[in-house]
Amino acid sequence: MASVYTPAVQALIDELGRLPGVGPKSAQRIAFHLVKLPEVDALRLADAISDAKAKVRFCEVCFNVSDEVRCEICSDDRRETNVICVVEEPRDIVAVERTREYRGRYHVLQGAINPIEGIGPDQLRVKELLDRLRDHSVTEVILCTNPNIEGEATAMYLARLLEPAGITVTRIASGLPVGGDLEYADEVTLGRALEGRRSVDVS
Amino acid sequence: MSPESRYYRAHGIVLRTYKLGEADRIVVLITPERGMVRAVAKGVRKTRSKFGSRLEPLSHVALQLHEGRGELHLITQVESVDHFRAIREDLDRLGKAVNMLEAVDQVAQQDHPAPELYAMLLRALRTLADKDSALVSAGFFLKLLTLEGAGPQVQVCVQCQSTEELVAFSEIDGGLVCREHRRGTGLSADAVRLLQLILGGQLGAALNEPPGPATHEVSQLATRALEHFIERRMRSTAVLGQ
Ligand SMILES: [Zn+2]
Ligand SMILES: [Zn+2]
Repeated sequence: MASVYTPAVQALIDELGRLPGVGPKSAQRIAFHLVKLPEVDALRLADAISDAKAKVRFCEVCFNVSDEVRCEICSDDRRETNVICVVEEPRDIVAVERTREYRGRYHVLQGAINPIEGIGPDQLRVKELLDRLRDHSVTEVILCTNPNIEGEATAMYLARLLEPAGITVTRIASGLPVGGDLEYADEVTLGRALEGRRSVDVS
Repeated sequence: MSPESRYYRAHGIVLRTYKLGEADRIVVLITPERGMVRAVAKGVRKTRSKFGSRLEPLSHVALQLHEGRGELHLITQVESVDHFRAIREDLDRLGKAVNMLEAVDQVAQQDHPAPELYAMLLRALRTLADKDSALVSAGFFLKLLTLEGAGPQVQVCVQCQSTEELVAFSEIDGGLVCREHRRGTGLSADAVRLLQLILGGQLGAALNEPPGPATHEVSQLATRALEHFIERRMRSTAVLGQ
């Protein structure tokens, strides 16, 4: 189908359409809104994006968002180094930290396995997780992915990958309602879920 | 109530979901009466949502929906019919199930009733929940192509109608070819036998086949034939195999 827009507008629509939660129609609407904006407003948005991109980076160890090469948690000597809590997104670390139940380190996958969208383990920070486990100082990995189908698939995949390496793999217990996002879980529920974690069956 | 706005009930299987805004999801379902339905589930990502897990992909649900003017309907009630837990908790079976959901997502259309497609998917998911089977998604793809009027010819050579020495599958011709008319992808005799079982009314026997080189050949062939039909690569097969 030939595009009915000028190439510049079509490129903008395409880019917006890649954003999470933005469907084709929203992308179109936002694009036309942006095109109509006074130039200074449009450029301020562009600046904010490139500024954030330049200043915020990911921790080289755990891929949490960080101002430094290593994030605060990875730089904190008081935190246990023998246990890693695997989460999908940096915002999930915030949710787990709120519980005050957990004193170990994290690993951010930056997504979850989503077969129907074509997102597999290769697009996630799985290789980097394996690298962190190589020196055997980590004895337990807690899989704290979202209690939905993508999160469960990711947890099953990781359990299958890690268990033969002799690492204890646990999954947060589902006091968590299935289908929700971790970031919306209240502290009490999530805290209980962390305490009640269980080994993952690898069949 | 205005004439453009009304409630209706439907059974459906959730094919996929997208995040919408802060806490909502767009849920894509296959239903018998209306084919594909796209509907909004408000607040579903909040962990206290009344919808909970019931609108996850693979869920078989009974719904009440509200149809407005737009293309997107609104989900007002959900009851779970089946959750297919055995599939969800097994990565291999989940991979196969997602293959089938993706295939249905590709062929189903809005406002086109799809009772056979719906029933076929439900049957395949029940079979898979009962026990894992190497050929369940391949069998589903081939049956789906037949339902869409694009089923491959697997009983005789597409060139000369011979039933002897069928040795290859030609995508362009849409079926098997004999040694003399050979082109396309070579197939083992076992793979030919499995294809003939699947499309010859003996799917059950084919589903009992343990995984091996021949089931692998058939799976590959079925995926390619489906991709040829939908004119697009299957994403889920690239991710979790099958
Ligand atoms: Zn870090
Ligand atoms: Zn022939």
